Order: sequence, then C-alpha cells, then structure tokens
Amino acid sequence: MKKQQIIVIGNGMVGYKFCEKLKSKTSSFNLIVFGEEPRRAYDRVHLSEYFNGKTAEDLSLSTESWYDEQEITLYLNTPVTAINRTEKKVYTPNGLSYDYDFLVFATGSAAFVPHIEGIEKEGVFVYRTIEDLDLISNYAQKAQTAAVIGGGLLGLEAAKALIDLGITETSIIEFASRLMPRQIDPAGSDMLKSKLTDLGLKILLNKNTSLIEGEESITALKFSDDSHLAVDMLVISAGIKPRDELAKACGLEVGPRGGIVVNEKMLTNDPSVFAIGECALYDGMIYGLIAPGYEMAEVVATHLAENGNKTFNGFDMSTKLKLIGVDVASFGDNFINEPDCRTIVFEDKHKGIYKRINISNDGKYLLGGILIGDAAAYNMLLQTATNNIPLPEHPEELILGSRGGAEGSASGGLENLPDSALICSCEGITKGGICSAVTDQDCENIDQIKKCTKAGTGCGGCIPMVKDLMLYTMKAQGKYVRNVICEHFNYSRQELYDLVHIHEIKSYDEVLDSLGKGDGCEVCKPLVSSILASLWNEMILQKGNDTAQDSNDRFLANIQKGGSYSVVPRIPGGEITPEKLIVIGEVAQKYGLYTKITGGQRIDLFGAHLSDLPKIWEELINAGFESGHAYGKALRTVKSCVGSTWCRFGLQDSVSFAIEVEERYRGIRAPHKIKSAVSGCIRECAEAQSKDFGIIATEKGWNLYVCGNGGSKPQHALLLATDLDSATCIRYIDRFLMFYIRTADPLTRTATWLNKMDGGIDYLRNVVVNDSLGMAAKWEAEMEGLVAAYQCEWKTAIENPAIRKRFSHFVNAPEEKDPTIQFVDMRGQKRTEEWKTV
Amino acid sequence: MENSLENQTSTLNGTDNNMETTINWLAACRVEDAVENGGVCVKHGEEQIALFYFTRRNEWYATQNECPHRKQMALSRGMIGSSTDEPKVACPFHKKTFSLSTGECLSGDECAIKTYPVKVEDGTVFIGLSA
Ligand code: SRM
Ligand SMILES: Cc1cc2nc3c(=O)[nH]c(=O)nc-3n(C[C@H](O)[C@H](O)[C@H](O)COP(=O)(O)OP(=O)(O)OC[C@H]3O[C@@H](n4cnc5c(N)ncnc54)[C@H](O)[C@@H]3O)c2cc1C
Ligand code: SF4
Ligand code: FES
Repeated sequence: MKKQQIIVIGNGMVGYKFCEKLKSKTSSFNLIVFGEEPRRAYDRVHLSEYFNGKTAEDLSLSTESWYDEQEITLYLNTPVTAINRTEKKVYTPNGLSYDYDFLVFATGSAAFVPHIEGIEKEGVFVYRTIEDLDLISNYAQKAQTAAVIGGGLLGLEAAKALIDLGITETSIIEFASRLMPRQIDPAGSDMLKSKLTDLGLKILLNKNTSLIEGEESITALKFSDDSHLAVDMLVISAGIKPRDELAKACGLEVGPRGGIVVNEKMLTNDPSVFAIGECALYDGMIYGLIAPGYEMAEVVATHLAENGNKTFNGFDMSTKLKLIGVDVASFGDNFINEPDCRTIVFEDKHKGIYKRINISNDGKYLLGGILIGDAAAYNMLLQTATNNIPLPEHPEELILGSRGGAEGSASGGLENLPDSALICSCEGITKGGICSAVTDQDCENIDQIKKCTKAGTGCGGCIPMVKDLMLYTMKAQGKYVRNVICEHFNYSRQELYDLVHIHEIKSYDEVLDSLGKGDGCEVCKPLVSSILASLWNEMILQKGNDTAQDSNDRFLANIQKGGSYSVVPRIPGGEITPEKLIVIGEVAQKYGLYTKITGGQRIDLFGAHLSDLPKIWEELINAGFESGHAYGKALRTVKSCVGSTWCRFGLQDSVSFAIEVEERYRGIRAPHKIKSAVSGCIRECAEAQSKDFGIIATEKGWNLYVCGNGGSKPQHALLLATDLDSATCIRYIDRFLMFYIRTADPLTRTATWLNKMDGGIDYLRNVVVNDSLGMAAKWEAEMEGLVAAYQCEWKTAIENPAIRKRFSHFVNAPEEKDPTIQFVDMRGQKRTEEWKTV
Repeated sequence: MENSLENQTSTLNGTDNNMETTINWLAACRVEDAVENGGVCVKHGEEQIALFYFTRRNEWYATQNECPHRKQMALSRGMIGSSTDEPKVACPFHKKTFSLSTGECLSGDECAIKTYPVKVEDGTVFIGLSA
C-alpha cells in the first residue's frame, strides 16, 4: 500500500518538533517539509545568543543529516505559495505541485509592524530571524543611538541585543503605561523600569510614535505629543502577527485579528488540515511561547500516529526570563485582583526586588503572581499554583523566605508535588518522568537526565528544579551521595591516596588502569598527579604524567591573561644578594618581562612567551636560582622579618630559620598550596599567624602556629606548641604536613581542613605533639624521603630535550611565537591586553 | 612542513545525495611530534588548530585552538579526558569543556568550537580542511 503523505508548511521550531515527534512514534507516513527560510529550523528562543558568538549552526535544532536519516524530504528556501484543498495539492514558486493526505500549517508568525509614516526607511528593522539579526548587526556598526518600539518581552530582549552590539544609548518606547503589559503589573513595571534605567536604558512610556523622520534613512522619531527622539536605527517589536495569509487564501477559517482557527485536536475547518504553533488560534488565543507550540505538535503527532485522542486544552503562559541580568517572572493568574483574591506584596526598592502573589480568599491556594529582581522561587511557586498544593500557614514566607533559617521548604515542597506535575514545560516532562530517570535509568547527574528525558534542553529554566528533584530522589532511594572524585574514580581522595601508596603506583595511566575507569578528566588528572607527587616527589613531567598535570604544572609556570606565562624564581626567606637582583633585572630586560615585587617577598616576571621559558630559566638557573613553584600546589614562600641580626627587638634569627624551612619543604606537593613565615618576635612583621604554618620567636625558641589563611576567608593560625628548639619545631612541621597531605580533600587549604576535623586543634595537637595515632615516626621518615628526592624541576626540564621540546607554541613552526599575544605599555613597562570580547 | 597541502577528493558517506566535498589535507606533524594524551598547536597560515592525540583511545582529534569563552589561543594546552564516553578538552583558563568529537560546549553555554577530521598516513598526521 502506498504510504500516506503529510506535508508540513514551515520549518520553524514547532514544525521541526512535529517531525521529531511523529517520527518517534511511526514511520508509516511520507513526510515533506517546506521552509521559507534558507536554513534548517533553529532555536528562535535563544536567537539573541547569535550576537554572543553562537553561529547559525550552533542554534540549529538538528544536524544536517538528520532529515535524511529520518527519511524526511526538506525543501529550504521554498515557500508554499498556494493550496488547492479540493485536489489536496500545494504549490511552490517554481510551479511544482505536491499531493498531500494531511496538511500541517506550522507557519509561525511574523513581527507585527504598525502603520507609521516612514516605516519603510532604511535603518528600521524587525527581530525575528537570523537574517534580521545579520541586518541589524551590520547597520549597528555605524549607529550611535537606537530605539526599540515595544516594551514587551521581545522588545526588551532586542534592546539588550542593541546594547551588546555597542549601542549604549538605547531607548525603549512603549505605547502602554507600563513595561511588559501582558506579564507584570504597574508596581512590577516601576521596579523593572528603575533597574533597566540603572543599566543605562532610556524608557519612554505612554508614547505613541507618529512619524519616522529622515531622508532615506531614519534620523528621528516623532511622537503624537509632538516630542522628538533622534535615533540612528530602530527595531520594531510591537507584537506578532500570525502567518495565516496562505490559509486565508485557500479558504480556511481565520480569526478576526489573525490566526488559523483550530479545535482541541488542532484541526482547522478542513478535516485533513491542521495548524500548530504561533499561527494557530485556539479558543480565541495565539500562544506566542514555545512550550504550548510543542504541546500542539504532540497533539497532532499522537493523533496521526496512534489515532490517539490527546487534546489541547489551553496552556499555562507562565514565563521566567532574565532580561539584561534582571529576573522577571509571572505565573498563573498574575493579574487577578481583590476582591477576587488576596494579594501579598513584597517590595525592596533598595535591592530592586518586587514580588506579588495572589492567593485564594480562603487562604488555601496560590493563584498566581509576579516576581521582579529575584525569581529564585519561581519554579516552586509555579508548581504550587498549577498543582493546587495547599498553602502553608504563613504563605508570605513563600516570597520572604522563612527567616528562622529553616531550609525546609526547598525540598519540603518537592515531595508534595504529584507525579504528574509538569517540571519541564518545553519538553513536557513531569516529576514522575524525572524521578524514574533516576530510579530506573540510574541517572545521577544533570547531563544524564537531559539525555534520558530531554528535560531542561529547551529554555533551561527548569534545571534548578530538575537538579533538586534528582538529588531528592537519589537520597530517598538511600543512594549515599558520596564524596567521590569524579566519574572515573569511585573513591575519595584519601582512599585513593592510600591505594596508590599501598600499590606503589607511579604514573597517572597506571592509576587509572588499576583503580579507575574511562579516560580521565580535568578533575581526576590533577588530583592523581598531586597524589603521585606528594607520595614519590618524582619530576612531575616524566612517566607520561605531563599531560595529567594541571595546565600550570604542565608548563611549570602560571598562564596569564592572553596566553603568556609568569616566571617566579625562589628567593628563600625573601633574602637576595645584589648580584642576583641584577641578574633578574637583566633577564627581564632581555626577554621584555614586566617585573613586580610579590606579596610573598619575591619577584615575579610576567609576560614570557612559552618558547622563551626554557631560555629564561636556563639563565636564571646558571645564576643560582631555582624554581619557586609559584604554579604548583606546593610550598610557596616562607616569608621572614629581618629578625635578631638587625632588628633591635629581634629574639632569634628569623631569616636564617625561614631559609632553612623554605629549603626543607620546597617542591613538596600537597592538596593545596602551603605558605609559611617566620617572625623574630611577637610584633609579627612576617605575618606568620596568617600562614598554613607560622613560626614566631620567643626568648627560649619558637612558637609554632598552624592552619592560618589569608585569601577571601582569612583565619588566624592557632598555637600548636610553644618554646620549641629548631629541631623539634621541624619535626612537628614534618608530622603536621604529612598528616595534612594524606587526609585533606582536594584543593582544601589547611585552615579548611582543620575546620572540618572532629576535635579541632586539640585533636590535631594530640596527633602531632603526643603522637596519638602512632604515625609520627613513619611520617617523619616519609618527609625525609621527600626532602631527599627534591630536584629543581626547571633544571630537569631544560636538561631533558624531550621535555624541553614541549615549550613551543606551534608544533610545525617551533621557532615562531603565538602572534595573538599582544601587550600594551603602562608606566614604562608592559601589560596584557584586556580580554577580547565579541 | 607548514602549509603543505595535499589535495584530495573524498566522498562523505551517510548522505543519500552523494555530496562531493573537497578536503585539503594539511600535513600537520609526525606522530612522534604529537603529545600523547594531550594537544599541540598547528599553524596553518593565520589559523591555529589544536591537534589532540588521545593515545588512550587511539584516536586523533582536531579543533580550533581558540577558546570561545575569552578568545584565548589555549585549547591545545588543555587537559583531555572523557565524560561518559564523550571525548573532551578542558580550557586551561577557566576549565570550560568542549566535546572533541562534535565541538559542543559541555559546560555552560559557550558557543561550540570548530572540529576537523584527522588521518594518519606513514607516520604523518594530516588535518582535513574543507576547501
Ligand atoms: C603574584 C601574587 C600577587 C602579587 O603580585 O603580589 C599572587 C598571584 C596570584 N595568586 Fe595569590 N599571589 C600572591 C600572593 C598571595 C598572598 C600573600 C602571601 O602569600 O603572603 C595571598 C594570601 C595568603 C594566603 O594564601 O593565605 C594570596 C592568596 C591567593 C589565593 C587565595 C588562597 C586561599 O586559600 O583562599 C589564590 C587562589 C587559589 O590559590 O586558589 C591565589 C591565586 C593567585 C594566582 C595563582 C591566580 C591564578 O591562578 O592565576 C595568581 C598567579 C600570579 C602568577 O601568575 O604568578 N592567591 N596570594 C603573589 C605571589 C606571592 C609569591 O611570591 O608567590
Ligand atoms: C527573539 C525571540 C525570543 C523569544 N523568546 C522566547 C522565550 O524566551 N520563550 C518562549 O517560549 N518563546 C520565545 N519566543 C517565541 C518562540 O520563538 C516562538 O513561539 C516559536 O518560534 C514558534 O514556533 P513556530 O514554529 O510556530 O514559528 P516559527 O519558529 O516562526 O516558524 C515558522 C516558520 O515557517 C516559515 N513559513 C511561514 N510561511 C511559510 C510558507 N508559506 N511556506 C514555507 N514556510 C513558511 C517561516 O519562515 C518560519 O521559518 C521568542 C521569539 C523570538 C523572535
Ligand atoms: S589578589 Fe586576585 S588579582 Fe591579585 S594577584 Fe591575587 S588572584 Fe590575582
Ligand atoms: S578562556 Fe577558555 S574557559 Fe575562559
């Protein structure tokens, strides 16, 4: 039997979705699609990202080969121009005709362009297709000022795009007395307006544009109140107009204000013709959002494939968006007013937050609401409203957040949702669907959920809630949300450390082969490399471990903005001879480096090309310098104050001790960087109490402090032991560091490690000073091993031709430097260029 | 070796219409010059291409070298690995990750990166540039 033939007119978002849905249900139809645009259906919802670097291909909803794979015939650049419903034929401009058994209109809508004199002038645009955006961005290059007519959702988005294109003077012109008149109320509009004004947008309300002035191209707008606004370009975003012209021409019923009239099965008045998406008029309404369009596609696909009786029953028009960084959301019955409901309003002009919820008069149910400035509660509120979940005793807490600090409501709400609650409205995924992806298909992260269910792949607004649901379901299943490293290693860092130690493994690949699975990633590679370095202290770039290093370790230097590197030679204790200072100066001059005294009492040379690094280090090493490990999770600096050799208050020789300590622990790798300092007396000029381990001289010896930290959460170090002689002080530090290296989580400084330790500093003191774990001798021996294994890794690197070879930018032009690295002058030295933007 | 282009016509299978595309194969480097389980940067005129030798999977990949996040010429210096089975590279600057096979950004919504076919013949690695 010959297959029945379906013709789809329009290859937009909904037309595409219809094909996808139909093909997933049946292959018993021939499918032909006509698209007027020159390219495959693309994501119009995220159209503006085209201005942020996404290409048309990135926005495309399918791969190029998809239509072939699905055996769908797609004609692009081919509008359908006429239809003969008696003969069931459609016609294209080249005169060809095609037969159909069923016809699906998915012609979407066009921008509505009001009749304003001069609207045809150059510099006037609409905002709907990729072609529109190309025109706008070309014209914007020579424009300084712009305006958008229309203060609705799309208008605000267009205004943001103009700002992103560099037109900082952009005005929004709205005919109504408020912004987004369909979504938010006057008070919400006021709040939004003041936020947008803060961002530099000009907002003109109650303005009726009467004339577009200019010769050939636009120069100004004239309003009905006779005021003017000079602009170089204009984007019209005054609403949408359903593309029903073809339907009308072939005698299908259309609405008085446009739209192809359909019933709950999306059937027009012709039983073989459907209409879906933005061209369809259901119950007197055009649904200008993607989620209802997809639902309509589902209805028709089910109908055709399964003869199912799924129907379209209207759709929730709740929306949440981030406009120019401002959250705006409306849900449910957003405009209902007293006395039909009671409203609770929260307004914070200082932070620019406005929230309104409408509750039923009996206080039991949430009907709808509006959120501006902070829409974090949107998903939960929407669910509460659409699922008729009884409100808590104090519904105001839904928008105020319960101030008792009890976090109960976040997941507390989730269990109350029925399984049928729609979580992802774009793809129509329910709570039940997401939970079963976790329980039946073992999804344990968002990416897997997206793959299994498609939830979160549309507008993305539901992702926070999907994540909460996933974690909630995992917990409910008794799945222990374990602190494992990543998908490649099912161990915590400490477990892995012990296993690598016991099995004496020395390369990343061996660790992965024997203890992990898959190919590794940017999380486990540096972590395992750090464990290997902490355990064996071998040159980190050997045994194939080079590419398992964090980027800075791999090139033994910190990468800087732009792609150049910094060079930090070790200057133990901050002490340096004039001769060595001169060498640093000469090297910096020769290689054109920016020099700066660091906060760690040494000198940083910035702006080195990758291929210059070995040459620079060769010269420094010949002059007696060594690596400062500024790039490693390793000992950084041991700062010192000048101490008893010069200072009138000095009790001990803090500089000598700082140098001794720095030279002992240099190169030792740890879960995070470690810093130290030695002060000659309690005036503490070396700031030892802000270090991972700090030493302060006393009359009798040294006081040892541990687990201090600068950084964003400063914490003072705590006193571990007092009046130590130098040898004991070193022994305690050995034990302390080995304990830390063995047990800390990845990227955890000593302060955080101690904060998480049961028993705190008293427990730590017991372990280190009283040897309560009986590990002291072992740790001291291990530390001795690490100290003995020290080598300057830069020296090894420049002497090893295989490693040295890696320090070039181009593999096929090793002598050439990266031409994209650019510097500019500043105060007689150089600096990097700013990040390049679009 | 730079810019030695080998002209070759290859037929892309998988499409019914037998589309003929000309691919110029750029001789990028020798296998032993590539970095095992890592990347190198290949110069092609003004263009920079990151070439990855995923030794562990015995696979080769090539992508643009520029990271779209902050427009840094850096991807060849990134760490490679996999996520489920998808091969990926992490940019050294802010660790955004990209699929090596499709170029798609796997973290956040940076735009995708360009990818190129790679072939190895007689120990020379070639990168395919569509003409
Ligand atoms: C160069 C220097 C700033 C300066 O010009 O003075 C610097 C520069 C950087 N610091 Fe720092 N910090 C420098 C002293 C400090 C200090 C002061 C000190 O050491 O006395 C602190 C506070 C003390 C502390 O660490 O407790 C400091 C706290 C940080 C932190 C926060 C650490 C934390 O635990 O919260 C980071 C971020 C990190 O490591 O994750 C950081 C990270 C960085 C990085 C590595 C950021 C990066 O990833 O690129 C910078 C690299 C510069 C480079 O390429 O060399 N830097 N940084 C200082 C180098 C000291 C040195 O000689 O090695
Ligand atoms: C900038 C922008 C931002 C948006 N943001 C959001 C958002 O955040 N959330 C949301 O839910 N929605 C948003 N939308 C709306 C959403 O994009 C639309 O609801 C959706 O695209 C409608 O899909 P459709 O297939 O019905 O129409 P369209 O995607 O417009 O597709 C219709 C296609 O049919 C073609 N066509 C028309 N007539 C013919 C013919 N005779 N022959 C052949 N082809 C024809 C058209 O050229 C077009 O390609 C946004 C829209 C825009 C423009
Ligand atoms: S304080 Fe911040 S900006 Fe300054 S060097 Fe440290 S990390 Fe860089
Ligand atoms: S520049 Fe690559 S992640 Fe930021």
